[in-house]
Amino acid sequence: MIKDKAAIVGIAETAFARRLEASECELASMAILAALEDAGIAPSEVDALSSYTMERTEEIEIAGNLGFGDIRFFSQVGYGGGAGCGTVLHLAMAVASGQAEVAVAWRSRKRGSGPRVWATSAERLYDGYKYTRPYGLVRPADELAVLTRRYMHEFGATREHLANVALTCRRMANNNPRAAMYPKPLTREQYMAARWIAEPLCLYDNCLETDGALACVIVSAERARDCRHRPVYIHAGAQGISAPHPGFMNDYCGTPFRTPSYAAAKALWRGSDFKPDDIKVAQIYDAFTTMVLLSFEAYGFCGRGEGAAFTENGALDPGGRLALNTSGGSLSEAYVHGFNLINEGVRQMRGSSANQVPGADVCLVTSCDDVPTSALILRN
Amino acid sequence: MAGDEKMIASWPLPTTNDHDAPFWQGARRGVVVMEACGSCGKLRFPPRPMCPSCHSRQQQWRELSGRGRIWSFIVPHPPLFPVFNPLAPYNVIVVELEEEPAIRLVGNLVSEPAGPINGVSAETIRIGEPVQAVFVPVTDDVTLIRWIRRR
Repeated sequence: MIKDKAAIVGIAETAFARRLEASECELASMAILAALEDAGIAPSEVDALSSYTMERTEEIEIAGNLGFGDIRFFSQVGYGGGAGCGTVLHLAMAVASGQAEVAVAWRSRKRGSGPRVWATSAERLYDGYKYTRPYGLVRPADELAVLTRRYMHEFGATREHLANVALTCRRMANNNPRAAMYPKPLTREQYMAARWIAEPLCLYDNCLETDGALACVIVSAERARDCRHRPVYIHAGAQGISAPHPGFMNDYCGTPFRTPSYAAAKALWRGSDFKPDDIKVAQIYDAFTTMVLLSFEAYGFCGRGEGAAFTENGALDPGGRLALNTSGGSLSEAYVHGFNLINEGVRQMRGSSANQVPGADVCLVTSCDDVPTSALILRN
Repeated sequence: MAGDEKMIASWPLPTTNDHDAPFWQGARRGVVVMEACGSCGKLRFPPRPMCPSCHSRQQQWRELSGRGRIWSFIVPHPPLFPVFNPLAPYNVIVVELEEEPAIRLVGNLVSEPAGPINGVSAETIRIGEPVQAVFVPVTDDVTLIRWIRRR
């Protein structure tokens, strides 16, 4: 168990915008340098790195740019948005086992100005997409829309419930000057009148398209006590691939609502002193509003099919049952493959969030519900 | 939309491999052909080299009725691949198969086999509707499975 043996002691991000001039490599280097400054640790001390398999800046580029010394541990975590919490988990394990001393996780992405991943498919399909794309089901939004329609049919969820998630994230962003949607309030009427992307999902059910990079610094609990900020302990972490649900391409066979989050959740709570009832603030991966409802169920905040009702009566506001995505999340702060959720979890534990939850001392952070995924429990 | 985006210009079509060729050959013959375990008989999809139930590598291919029910459906709107943009909004349906409802195929609901994928109004589509497979040749080597309403 990694329980509280490692801590996050530095976080940083670049600006978030639809279009930034700097390259992904420059953005990554800037975010990592700033995170090390936040921690008060010299770049020459870094000896471990982790990022996503979809990260295009290699470890050797980062180490070269930042003048790192010898690196002793490095890893990449797969499956796009499912990787985020996994990068921190890998480094926490490396630090807890003595394999590394100063570890950096990062993600840099130009999703706002670069190509859409789904738009660069080969003209002949070799992988599982051969069973979906010839029929015009081409984007992640289309894949989630299939599950959303069925979820509505089985459990009585409505667009009002999806709006509860989108509007919560927007209200959070409206208090967060870093957020891409900081100056732009969203009303329920605007949500209901928005253009469709993939019915039943509208524009505001989809995450932003953002350029930006983020990083965090992980050291042992012992060393963390001497750092600049109050340590944020990595209390528990897990990855998950659930048995009947190997990912987007096979979503529609077997038991589609038993998403990879269920497997991650089981392992996460097993390694934790906390239960869902103890969690008052959570950063839940929100590339699409529906994912948040499914994650509420997977992580045990409510029963199966009850995720929609869980969003009612202000439950997701600061001071509600479970304050959600207090930076604005992927829907309204930035979409950088969910890494911003990790840094916001750290801010909540430091007491420095723009939407600080009073008395919050433990925070759940999750990665993408619908692909092989990962999750963390942070505590102060 | 970003100007440097590369979107695929023509209809995205499958390649076949050693494991899944019989499925696509079946479509060309006008039959839904599904892989089953050669040992325990359990149907599986997508085609894969080992039975996840009994771990046998024996396999057989079984002709199914081509009947199913609509399990879910969506209506995509642009931006899509350029080939799909002029057809949008169109329907995409997911069909659970009569012989094994846990196997679901993605397709389109059309009013006749050669009909366009935007020819049935999504307003009229209902989850649970019975449908029948139809087979639409799109190139010499690829036939796609689409669906019409079954009475």
